[in-house]
Amino acid sequence: MNAQSTTTDRSIYFIEAMREGLRGMLTEDENVVVIGEDVGRSVIGATRGLVDDFGPMRVRNTPISEATFVGMCVGAAAVGLRPVVDLMVGSFFYVAMDQLADQAAKLRYMSGGQVTLPIVYFTASGPSGSAAAQHSENPHPMLMNVAGLKIVMPSTPYDAKGLMVSAVRDNNPVVYFQDFVLGGTRGVVPEELYSIPLGVGDIKRHGTDVTVVAIGAAVPKALRVAEVMEKEGVSVEVVDPRTLVPMDYDLILESVTRTGKLVVVDNARLTCSAASEIVATITERGFDLLTSAPQRVAWADVPVPFSPPLEERVVISDSDIVSAIRAVLA
Amino acid sequence: MATQKDLDHITKDDALDMLRRMIRIRRFEEKLSVLFKRGKLPGFVHLYTGEEAIAVGACSALRDDDRITSTHRGHGHLIAKGALVNRMMAELFGRVDGYCRGKGGSMHIVSFELGIIGTNGIVGGGIPIGTGSAWADSHLGRDNVTIVFFGDGASNQGVFFESMNIASVWKLPVIFVCENNGYTEWTPTAELTAGNIVDRSAPMGIPGEAVDGNDVVAMRLAVERAVSRARAGDGPTLIEAQSYRWNGHNEGEEAFAGAYRPDAEQAEWRERDPIVAFGERLVSAGWMTRDEWDAVDADELGSVDAAVEFAEQSPFPDADEALLHLFAGDSEGVR
Repeated sequence: MNAQSTTTDRSIYFIEAMREGLRGMLTEDENVVVIGEDVGRSVIGATRGLVDDFGPMRVRNTPISEATFVGMCVGAAAVGLRPVVDLMVGSFFYVAMDQLADQAAKLRYMSGGQVTLPIVYFTASGPSGSAAAQHSENPHPMLMNVAGLKIVMPSTPYDAKGLMVSAVRDNNPVVYFQDFVLGGTRGVVPEELYSIPLGVGDIKRHGTDVTVVAIGAAVPKALRVAEVMEKEGVSVEVVDPRTLVPMDYDLILESVTRTGKLVVVDNARLTCSAASEIVATITERGFDLLTSAPQRVAWADVPVPFSPPLEERVVISDSDIVSAIRAVLA
Repeated sequence: MATQKDLDHITKDDALDMLRRMIRIRRFEEKLSVLFKRGKLPGFVHLYTGEEAIAVGACSALRDDDRITSTHRGHGHLIAKGALVNRMMAELFGRVDGYCRGKGGSMHIVSFELGIIGTNGIVGGGIPIGTGSAWADSHLGRDNVTIVFFGDGASNQGVFFESMNIASVWKLPVIFVCENNGYTEWTPTAELTAGNIVDRSAPMGIPGEAVDGNDVVAMRLAVERAVSRARAGDGPTLIEAQSYRWNGHNEGEEAFAGAYRPDAEQAEWRERDPIVAFGERLVSAGWMTRDEWDAVDADELGSVDAAVEFAEQSPFPDADEALLHLFAGDSEGVR
């Protein structure tokens, strides 16, 4: 399922790939519904046009009541719907945190496994250029700490479609992050429906000197840096976990077994980031494999500021990744 | 107070079953109070004594395949919806025969088979969930309805207003039943709550009805009207049931809460015992003798005692079960 299709080299935008995944799922299962604020119109684009094909009951606009429609999906999923929610912006999870963290994530567990909750919560997230603090969040690290939510964060259009299909087919609450800046990136995506299993990472570039684990929008940055460093004679392997819960630690460990060096790049604040968790786990499980101290690359521990030079100071840059690679190689 | 004539609207069998369930709730809760004081229960409990007419009246207007969401004070709703006291008690003891195999406890006992979509430790937490099951039923063309039980305290949560709004514009088959027991935790509700809760429905375009929550027949008839509207596709209803919590917010509160409720007020509400009121109406109607009433009471006392025995004999779950039931399709559990 991981192999690129040989039947087409059609290139489409990331956001279109998400939409194709959604369209495929709406077609495959009539219990799938897509809801959210202005999903008919679709500001970000993932649901654009779906209402024309599936109607306003299956692609349904909600009031601006995030807590309530996030929670409604719990009751709806418990009795047979497969709701897919467009949260629009990552920070809006905070508005709905009780319903997400205390209800959706916990109900199956608290009930001793009596209920099955097939729900997808997807959102655009992360810095996109002067969107300021409340429209630039990437809340995946704190949601990783809420047991009961699967979390996916694709980095390519191919993965975006395949992971959307798996997320909707999964019988659990899945949070799907689309890094804002990836929405307009292009890539080869087969027209047919395919799925990428949750919990299976992907080596985006093979290398021998250092393992760079990159998440979401950090992946294209890491690939760009790898090209540059190749010219300096440094061979960088780029590992994309694709799914943060469950995390494919085996793939990362296998890579570190070959390189002995680890850098983790996370498009999120540093403290308790996914990068922190990956470094901790690999250090525990593979301390003897490491020949130098691992490095994390993440945002400064402040909200993302508005003014362009301030934002640039806070978020991850190519040069941050280069510095971290140099540090683990030193 | 409803009139004796209200009994014309229910059958004798229904009435006797309702009385039995009210007694079952009362005896179950009284037993928990004793067990808590003796240190027999892990955790803590919020008891439903005094409010039995609300849950029983409301649930008696439902079909078995209708649904409810409940609250931290949920034992009464569960029993009213048909939950077995043995399995409830086992859950309260943290045992493997509990409804949730000991994972939920008092605030999270659920039985999906019985249409109980959730009980909740978060005040107002179940309101969107029940609104959502109503949405799904309506979307899928079913005629099931959902009752969302919540308290006066939850009426000040944002999700209450949000859920009424969306239920109104989507015409969802949901019945919001607010149990106003006079106290938001340890503070008189009137100090914290503007206006009358029932009046909050009107701006949403939802019918609202204030009901004597100590009158099980009035409660049933009000919910029946709401159920009819919901099944007919006419949307939600808000019902505010006025009652009184005989016990504290939670058992053990005397350690910190102080005497926050006047003795006279408590005595006055105990005089209005919903079980005594209903039982006497059934006796007056000739549907039951006092001896039969006593026999029901003894029977329910016995079943609660048997439930304690059942719970005590049920084993604790294997400790590694703590790692199970997080995700569907993950039989091995969390690593």
